[in-house]
This record gives sequence, C-alpha cells and structure tokens, in this order.
Amino acid sequence: MGRKILFVTTDQQRYDTLGCNGGAIARTPVIDGLAGEGIRYERAVPASVVCMPSRSTMLTGQSPRRHGVWMNGVPLPVDAPSAAEVLRRVGYRTALVGKPHFEPFLDPFGRFTENRLARLGVPTVDSLGHDGLVGPHRGFEHLEFATHSSAGQLHYARWLAENHPEVIDGFYATLDRDLEVNADGGGATGAPQVKDNPVPRDWYHTDWVADRTIDWLDALDADDDWFCWMSFPDPHHPWDPPESELGRVAWREVPLPEGYSIDRAEREAILDAKPRHWRQWYDGQLVSNFEAPPSWVPATLTADQLREVTARNAVEVELIDEALGRVLAAIAARGWADDLDVIVTTDHGELGGDFGLLFKGPYHVDSLMRLPLVWRPAPNSGVAPAVVNGPVGLVDLAPTWCAIAGVAPSPWMEGVRLPVDEADHVDRHPGRVITEWDSERFGVTVGLRTITRDGWVCTVCMPGSVHDGSEGELYRLDDDPLQRENRWDDPALRSVRDDLVADLVDSLGPVTGGRRPVEAPV
Amino acid sequence: MTTRASVRRERRIGRPVEVVWEVIGRPDLLHLWYPGIEACEVRGDVRTITLATGMTLEERILTLDPVQRRFQYRVTGGLFQEHLATVDALDLGDHTTLAVYSTDAAPATMALVLGGGAGAALDELARQLEAATGPAVDAVRAGPHPSSAPHANHAEREATS
Repeated sequence: MGRKILFVTTDQQRYDTLGCNGGAIARTPVIDGLAGEGIRYERAVPASVVCMPSRSTMLTGQSPRRHGVWMNGVPLPVDAPSAAEVLRRVGYRTALVGKPHFEPFLDPFGRFTENRLARLGVPTVDSLGHDGLVGPHRGFEHLEFATHSSAGQLHYARWLAENHPEVIDGFYATLDRDLEVNADGGGATGAPQVKDNPVPRDWYHTDWVADRTIDWLDALDADDDWFCWMSFPDPHHPWDPPESELGRVAWREVPLPEGYSIDRAEREAILDAKPRHWRQWYDGQLVSNFEAPPSWVPATLTADQLREVTARNAVEVELIDEALGRVLAAIAARGWADDLDVIVTTDHGELGGDFGLLFKGPYHVDSLMRLPLVWRPAPNSGVAPAVVNGPVGLVDLAPTWCAIAGVAPSPWMEGVRLPVDEADHVDRHPGRVITEWDSERFGVTVGLRTITRDGWVCTVCMPGSVHDGSEGELYRLDDDPLQRENRWDDPALRSVRDDLVADLVDSLGPVTGGRRPVEAPV
Repeated sequence: MTTRASVRRERRIGRPVEVVWEVIGRPDLLHLWYPGIEACEVRGDVRTITLATGMTLEERILTLDPVQRRFQYRVTGGLFQEHLATVDALDLGDHTTLAVYSTDAAPATMALVLGGGAGAALDELARQLEAATGPAVDAVRAGPHPSSAPHANHAEREATS
C-alpha cells in the first residue's frame, strides 16, 4: 500500500487570504495546520494567471506553449499528456471532483467532454491518450463537475435543477444578456459580481464538492491507493456565498488591502508608471480579455465596495477550509491519515483591490502570481516541516505527484519535484519560474513574458495591438513587496534587466504545434 | 464595448472545389459534418437544427449560389440580436479548395462560440472529403434529399428591397 494523494485546488485565491500566510480576515485553521505540519511555499508562481492554461499546466506538467492552452477558450487537446494517467497506470484510483476547466464551458453544441458527462450519466469516457493508448478521459476514472454558477451543463447545476430548483435563481448570474461577464452590482455597496444568495450552505457548491469527494472515497477499498483532485470553484467571483454565512466577516470593519491606495492621485500615479494597458483598463478604455466584466470601469471601485468584496471572499475561503476539514476527517475515519499527502493551492490569484483593480487580466504582479501552496507530506514519510522561500511553479506539481507515488517523472514533464526545504530548493530547483500571458479579443492582442528569479519579477510586453515591444515591468520583491514602483526604465538597473530578459528568452521553449484556435470565450 | 463581432475560420481541403461544394451546397447535410449538430431539417428556405445539448435553432437560408459557391444563412431569434453565416468554397487552382466559414453575430460572444464550432466543422469536412468517406460524403453519393429544392438568392433580394 502506497501514499494517497489529496490534491486540493481553489480558484482565483490570493496568497494573503490564508492565516498561515499572514492573512487576518478569513480563519483557515485546517490549511494552517497542514502548513504547520508540512511545507509552506512563500513564492509559488503559476505559468498563466487564468484558469484553463494554469489548470492544464497542473495536469500536464507543461508550460502553456507546450500544452497549447495559450488563453482561456482554447481546449486542452484530449490526447494531451496527463499526470493522472501516469498514476492510474501504476495502480492509483483517480478522480477529479469540482471545477475542471480544461475545456470551454460556453458550449451550446455540447462538443466538449466536460460538458457532456453529466448528460451522459457516466463517471468518465474513454479517450485516446498521448501515447496512443485508450484510457479514461485525461486519466480520471471518476469525474464529477461544478463551477461558480447554478446554470450550465455540469453535474452540480444538474443536481440543483433536479433536487433544489427553487434556489437556482438565488445565485448571481455570471453572464449578462450579451453573454459577457456580468457587471451588475449587489450587496450593500453595489459592488460588481456581488449578490446575497439565499442558498442553504449544504447546497452550495463548496459543500457539494466536499460531499461528492467523500462519497467517492467511501466507495474505495481500504487498500486502494488513490489520487483525488478536489477542485473548489471559490473564491473566484461571483461573490455570492450563502447569505447565512455573511455574518462571519463584518465587511465594514474589513481593512483595505495594503496594495490599494485610497488616494486616487497616488493610485493613478502608480498605474501611470506601468505599461499602458494598466491605466487603459483602469479608465475603461481597454478591454483586452474575457476575465472581467467589460462594462465595468475599475476607476469606479469605491473603498466600501472593496471592503464588501474582500469580506465575501473571506467567507468563501472559510467555507473551503471547513469543507476540507470534513474531507480530512472522512479520510482519517478510513484509516488513511498516516499515508495521506495533501497539497493545497490555486490556479491563479485575484487583483483584490490592488492598484484599484479587481478580477484578473494581463497583470503579472503578486496579486495574481503569488499563490498559496502547502504540501503536507504523508506523516509516515518522515518529511520535516519547512518553509521554502525560493520560487517554485505549478509546473512542479505533476513531478511531485509522481514522486509521492514512487514513479519517475515522465519525460514530457517540464518541472521538478517540489523542494522539501530551502536547501533542497537550492540543490535541485532551477530557481526561476516563467509566466506567460497571451490574449486575443476581437482585434485586441496582448502578450506578456515574465521571469521570477533571485527576488526579481521582470515582465516583457510583447508587440501587439496595445504594446510596441518597448515596455515592461521590473520589481525587486524585497524592497517593493507591493510592486508599486516599476523600475523597468531605471538606468541603474539596466544590467539586471538585461540579464533577466536574456534568461527569460533562453528559458522560453518553442511553441509546440502552432497556435491553436480559440473555441469560446471561456 | 464590443456588441457584435466577426469571426472567420478557413481550411484548405485537398479536393477540387466542385467536390467540396457538393457537400457545402447541401444545407440538409450540415449535421453530418458539423460536430455538435445532431439533426437538420430543411423546409423551403427555413432550416431547423438540433444541437447535441437539445437546443434547437431556426435558420433562414439566404444564399445558395452554385456559381460563386457561396452559402449564407441567418439564425433567427434565440439569443441572437444579429447573425449571418457565410460559407465559401474557393478554387485554389491546384485541385484543392479553400473553405471559409465566417460568422457575424451580436452578441459578440456568440460569434466566438459559433466560430469555434465552424472551425471544428471545417476540420471534419476536410477529414471526410480527403478520406473520400464519411456520413456527409456518403449522403452526397446517395443523391439529393427529396426535400432539397433549389433556393433563390435571398441575400440579393434583401439587398435590393
């Protein structure tokens, strides 16, 4: 009998929302406890700051330019390599419960497997793998899906429709009548993507994901080894947690984020020192991507709206922590506690009011790129608790799962096993993480290439319809943890910038197979 | 803010344009090469399609021009404030064809969604034609559908009215 793997992801969660990372609004005792017993990563960096590319990197262990999901709306090829399949072939039982998002959600033709599964009523379907062998879809023998909404084709939406149809309209409508991300406001402040949701907590998707995970685990044999990806849709917007839980956090008392300058002139001066797409979006002059409401102008965000959004986000984080606690208790009841590895992370961050912005987009700063990541190795593995300060990537997850399962990483994986302490990081990890952004939206193109290394974050804005290729960002994380001062044009740092850019260029592999078409907005 | 959008997908097909048009020019066969469309019924200049999700869409056939080898239709109603689809088969002169499937729609999001479907459809069309087998190719060989009557060039009529 080997080690079991519970891989827990949230969606769009900031580093600073966890108590173990210094967060003071949400109470997260379960994850904090795992961090105390295991390894906490101070700088975990995604390969992309949007869902589909980032999640595809987790599953494949590859960068977006290799797995091909270069923006939301581009499906991961069905025959892309899958670390879950690697584990399945050595005997692991495999499941993904919650939000997948390797394929577009907006799919009226029902072309994509994720959208078809609930209708088909089967736990998985057979697909052709990357090596020509047929196996369960993406290596998962059990798939059961949810997303942020009560609408759509996934299992959770169908479960609500069949069992609790009266609560469906209580959720926020994620899309407006033009099928764009909705800008409608709610709550006490009219903040975008906020709504009071009367859904009972037990029927909300966070608890549903935990319930379905527990049911799958309960069906396993005691001596099974298993890999379960439990994927919570929250705290991604909309911020519509069960209203019964809103009293957990009094929004009027929530402090404003450090990255938010309440003085408008100061805020805008910071934005003006960054590449032009920052200020253009803030002023409502540029909509470059589908990840935020196009009709919402960030400059209109008020301090109270930000407080209310932050409070609701914290409520969602607390519910996730408690749901994880229930799953861990169920696992312990099965007698698996000593053999259990738990990894907790997210796909990307949330701007969360930093620089006066919400949601996400082509903005490669800590808000979106510094992620919560905790690995609690199985207690019987003898790994000591540690904090790793050097940068690691989500591209390192797949080789880590392999290491836990005792199999060699596949040659198509680009990362390395997560280091177990700082010395291990120095010895084995390349010490750099690459993050890429590419987007096309009706004639607007934006491309960013970023390297995180040696305490620096350096971003090159690629030539496109917005940038001419001369702009970029350079931040020293120790001196400027909030990335308020862009030093791209600082003559004193020219050699540092040149070195980072040269390393960035050298580290970017070729784009594999050409750029594949966008099939849907998201 | 963008309220409408235009999305174009194209695919070079290694078959002569006459052969490609034999399929594209049969509105009643769309479900045999467009992934996610399960059924297709043509009555006069109205085509009703049923999607794999169970949704049905009614379309009006606007142009079916065997000389230009252009097929145009419009989804009427539903989520659409505006829609026009144009499928062209262009002779590249070397016994190959450029098939172009254009979608103009409002809301803009629908243009992208339909454009994604159109791209997959062109891939499937090319696959069947280049293999000289498949449901659409077989249906063409079997002869015209009894209800497939010639259509007037409605686009031309609309433009001059």
